[in-house]
Amino acid sequence: MDELKEVIKNYVASEYLEPDSDPIDYDTPLISGGIVDSFSMVSLKRFLENKYHIQIPDDKATPEAFDSVNKIAELVREFTKA
Amino acid sequence: MAYSDEVRKLYQEQLQALREAGILKEERFIHSSQAAEIEVEFPAGAPLKKVINMCANNYLGLSNHPEVIKAAHEGLDRRGFGLSSVRFICGTQDIHRQLEEKMTEFLGTEDTILFPSCMDANAGVFEAILTKEDVIISDRLVHASLIDGIRLCSALNDTYKHSDMEHLEQKLQMYQDRRLRLVVTDGVFSMDGDCAKLDKMVELCEKYNAMLLVDDSHATGFIGKTGRGTHEKFGVMGKVDIITTTFGKALGGATGGCVSGRKEIVEMCRQKARPYLFSNTVAPMIIAGVLRVLEILSATTERRDKLEKNTDYWRKGLTEAGFILKEGDTPIVPIMLYNAKLAQDFSVALYDEGIYAIGFFFPVVPQGQARIRTQISAAHELHHLDKALEAFIKVGKKFDILHKTKQEIIDRYGM
Repeated sequence: MDELKEVIKNYVASEYLEPDSDPIDYDTPLISGGIVDSFSMVSLKRFLENKYHIQIPDDKATPEAFDSVNKIAELVREFTKA
Repeated sequence: MAYSDEVRKLYQEQLQALREAGILKEERFIHSSQAAEIEVEFPAGAPLKKVINMCANNYLGLSNHPEVIKAAHEGLDRRGFGLSSVRFICGTQDIHRQLEEKMTEFLGTEDTILFPSCMDANAGVFEAILTKEDVIISDRLVHASLIDGIRLCSALNDTYKHSDMEHLEQKLQMYQDRRLRLVVTDGVFSMDGDCAKLDKMVELCEKYNAMLLVDDSHATGFIGKTGRGTHEKFGVMGKVDIITTTFGKALGGATGGCVSGRKEIVEMCRQKARPYLFSNTVAPMIIAGVLRVLEILSATTERRDKLEKNTDYWRKGLTEAGFILKEGDTPIVPIMLYNAKLAQDFSVALYDEGIYAIGFFFPVVPQGQARIRTQISAAHELHHLDKALEAFIKVGKKFDILHKTKQEIIDRYGM
């Protein structure tokens, strides 16, 4: 199990899913699938920045880059390395 | 030619896609004034049909009230048709300021500024008072006009789950580092007809030093004991920092809106709100009509009391007949059908029975939450509601959805 992906998945579930929503996996389309609206994305970005002590520039925090747990994990890894 | 065949084809394809998806909106032509009974041409070219209107925002039945019409006529005669100016050049008449003062008095706020519509009020208010150092925290189901206004503003924005006060509190804690915090909600949510928990929200805003903005468009004039709005219903008059509302619904239904609240915020809007600065002043006859509406509403609560009784009667009738309703006590009464096609077919079958009510489905409401939204008016008499109820039951039987659970309806028609 990938710990980073689990953290992201759990945060998305608690923040955005309703009690009767279907569960998500690492590839579930979050923004294009209507689970997270681009408006609400900001709290996810802020959560990741605080938790991993990183800064994700606005031009990198696109709806495409936030569209699945896998993609978000990739983005976080890019900035934790840097 | 700039509008080439390719460009034309591009738009034609997009419109065709909407048509094929069954979400192309087609307008029905009404040949009468707005009332409980209206004459409709639908589809275009069809003979006129008299139907009971169950979907207008005409909550208090003032849209064609003779006294309001008379006042508008007098306004037209005394102050002319238009002013051909924005407010700050030469578009402010004595009656514009009078209406601002009367709205302030009616809502129990510090000051008011008029806008061409509440859409414009919501589009302009955020940018006028917040900067990128601030944060806006909004309910996830707020009206589209608030969303657009928030997008036009450079402040950070975030949302909380619909009416979830714990989630709002978490967000307020999270953003204590911002210069200003503004919490944003509808007073009555237009699709579900439920009210924001304003008493709790005021408490949280005080605790976490945040301002509160409420769009009370579906409440002003009839929610609360004397119809002042949701802040009256929840006992927090004077504690909501910003109220935006419309004259286009209960208050005569013509056009126009306002921002009402703390006087400095209103003054900031007067100086900086772009839809205020760059669009025309509201026409004098509208102002004169709304002034009369406020006089009527301040003299008696008769109309909002009748609306409340009608709403109880309608909700009780539908519930006993076996429909699933969204819970609430406002005149917005959604009848849940879950499936988009069922909602559309139901609306057409109702029309055949002489009832005008519209189906709502994704993207206007969440996927799998399709419904018929009915709106009750003080213009309805009991015989209108009885006839409508009879038609709803007949159509409900036809589609076999009465006394069925949500799951049974979904099993039969799909989400």
